[in-house]
Amino acid sequence: MNKGRFGIHGGQYIPETLMNAVIELEEAYNKYSKNPEFIAEFNDLLEKYAGRPSLLYYAEKMTDDLGGAKIYLKREDLNHTGSHKINNVLGQVLLAKKMGKKRVIAETGAGQHGVATATVAALMGMECEIFMGEEDTKRQALNVFRMELLGAKVHPVKSGTATLKDAVSETMREWTARVADTHYVLGSVMGPHPFPTIVRDFQSVIGKEVKKQILETEGKLPDAVIACVGGGSNAIGLFYDFINDKDVRLIGCEAAGLGVDNPKNAATMANGKLGIFHGMKSYFCQDEYGQIAPVYSISAGLDYPGIGPEHAWLSDIGRAEYVPITDKEAVQAFSYLSKTEGIIPAIESSHAVAYAMKLAPTMSKDNIIVINISGRGDKDVAAIARYMGVDIYE
Amino acid sequence: MSNINKVFANGKAFIPFITAGDPNIDVTEKLILAMERAGADLIEIGIPFSDPVAEGVVIQDASLRALNGGVTTDKIFDMVRNIRKISNVHLAFMTYINLVFTYGTQKFLSTCKELNIDALILPDLPFEEKEEVLDECKKNNVSLISLIAPTSNERISMIAKEAEGFVYCVSSMGVTGVRSEIKTDVGEMVNLVKKTKNIPCAIGFGISTPEQAKKMAEYADGVIVGSAVVKIVEKYGANSEKYVYDFVKSMKDAISK
Repeated sequence: MNKGRFGIHGGQYIPETLMNAVIELEEAYNKYSKNPEFIAEFNDLLEKYAGRPSLLYYAEKMTDDLGGAKIYLKREDLNHTGSHKINNVLGQVLLAKKMGKKRVIAETGAGQHGVATATVAALMGMECEIFMGEEDTKRQALNVFRMELLGAKVHPVKSGTATLKDAVSETMREWTARVADTHYVLGSVMGPHPFPTIVRDFQSVIGKEVKKQILETEGKLPDAVIACVGGGSNAIGLFYDFINDKDVRLIGCEAAGLGVDNPKNAATMANGKLGIFHGMKSYFCQDEYGQIAPVYSISAGLDYPGIGPEHAWLSDIGRAEYVPITDKEAVQAFSYLSKTEGIIPAIESSHAVAYAMKLAPTMSKDNIIVINISGRGDKDVAAIARYMGVDIYE
Repeated sequence: MSNINKVFANGKAFIPFITAGDPNIDVTEKLILAMERAGADLIEIGIPFSDPVAEGVVIQDASLRALNGGVTTDKIFDMVRNIRKISNVHLAFMTYINLVFTYGTQKFLSTCKELNIDALILPDLPFEEKEEVLDECKKNNVSLISLIAPTSNERISMIAKEAEGFVYCVSSMGVTGVRSEIKTDVGEMVNLVKKTKNIPCAIGFGISTPEQAKKMAEYADGVIVGSAVVKIVEKYGANSEKYVYDFVKSMKDAISK
């Protein structure tokens, strides 16, 4: 067993054609991630371009209404491009540029990662192509146009279930075809080593800020931090700095779609088995023969049959908990946060809000919960309207 | 070691690939036997995977058709059991690591031994991860085939050193599929392998015509053709036997001249 392991998970299960590319990436990352100039440049972009640090907002009305733990919202939705995705993209595209790459490609589910990649490609003068499941191009038509506006070419992916997993497969295929001048900006803490490590490092700014902010405000660490999990990048970004703080509960909320007992779900921890797919050993929703399951969630960003290897490991060792949240619960949380705090969260982030709504009332008023609002919900308004039976078009 | 050396004992080897279960498993059985009659030296049986990241659209579609038709790893094993009652043709399985891992690596490979499978090809299991299955392959006399790509460069000698059976030289960047032109210097790839180890080399990815096959055979010990065969099956379905036979025969003839 070679590199990039989290317990038994992780690894580099990819075609030989890509091996030199990931080795080159790892070497470049090892070099630049310790280079003070690179770090300064990255931090400068986070501050001046993405708008960091993002706010840690005390949700007083929500806290009062639920009548338990104090609830704070980490406002990743206020970042430029409207989600946490920009953190990782700024890091990776900067790295790609240092490596002399001229072109970036990326998969996208909800379109947030695609928009972030197209944005940073525009900023840094890179050619950009985005692969998006055809089903998702319909669910998120505005984001498709947004990416095109930013100068990216968007390829609708028709294979398989035409959602996020197929977009990942297609981007891998494209990378195999053209690897010399192209960097694959993988959007989550998944795929072959070194991606799970690189993406986690670039996202870990979330948890670092939360820790500093909560200590300044409350003088103590939170009792629980909660984030939604598809591949798991916003969650690991929030969790990472708290892993050694054993009293802080780390809670990932996965998409249970119509319910964990209904075939239409994407709850990998609840229903998945150990497997090897998309370059990594981890847990996957699959059948008895290892065929990957056609998963479902209302949230295009969580509609993925696997989970990042570090999450699989954190679950194995009992350090993090993973809970399923249904479409219905997520939509209720979406409406609830909008009405209660005047903040419209992404439908992905609404999964985390939904679990906090269950957990907070069971905790005392001395306890603190931090919810990662990983993205803003503007992109979801039309889809939620349709879910609620309101016939509007974007 | 398996008997795979014999694959390369009959002049340049022709190695066709077929997606098992497309259009159905009974037809696959007939096609394998037809390819044997047409002179195939080794037949790669593709166990379809739902998400084949190394395949182009032709084999992706075939995999989907096969899976939608209800084929499973067990049904494919049963089909090979039938073949083994009447044929000793050299066979390899080509599939993805998750299908082997989830079936149970030990159980998968002991079944390979029972079915007298010569080789296993897993395009998403690179050199760095081959321990995942290597012990079981050795225990069951199945050669785990190493792939080298146009991007492998200095990795070639490292891979060749530990290669078994034959080395699968990927002729083109990208995924499987028919290509009008092959630009890679495959001759140089083969040379780098042979410098390290005296092992047969077979070239695959993108080869579809007798002319291409003949040209590639000049550089190597064998030629692998997948998508072109699968395309015939896509076109003629249950009636493909004759067309597949004719195609395989034309390819074997072309590289034998």
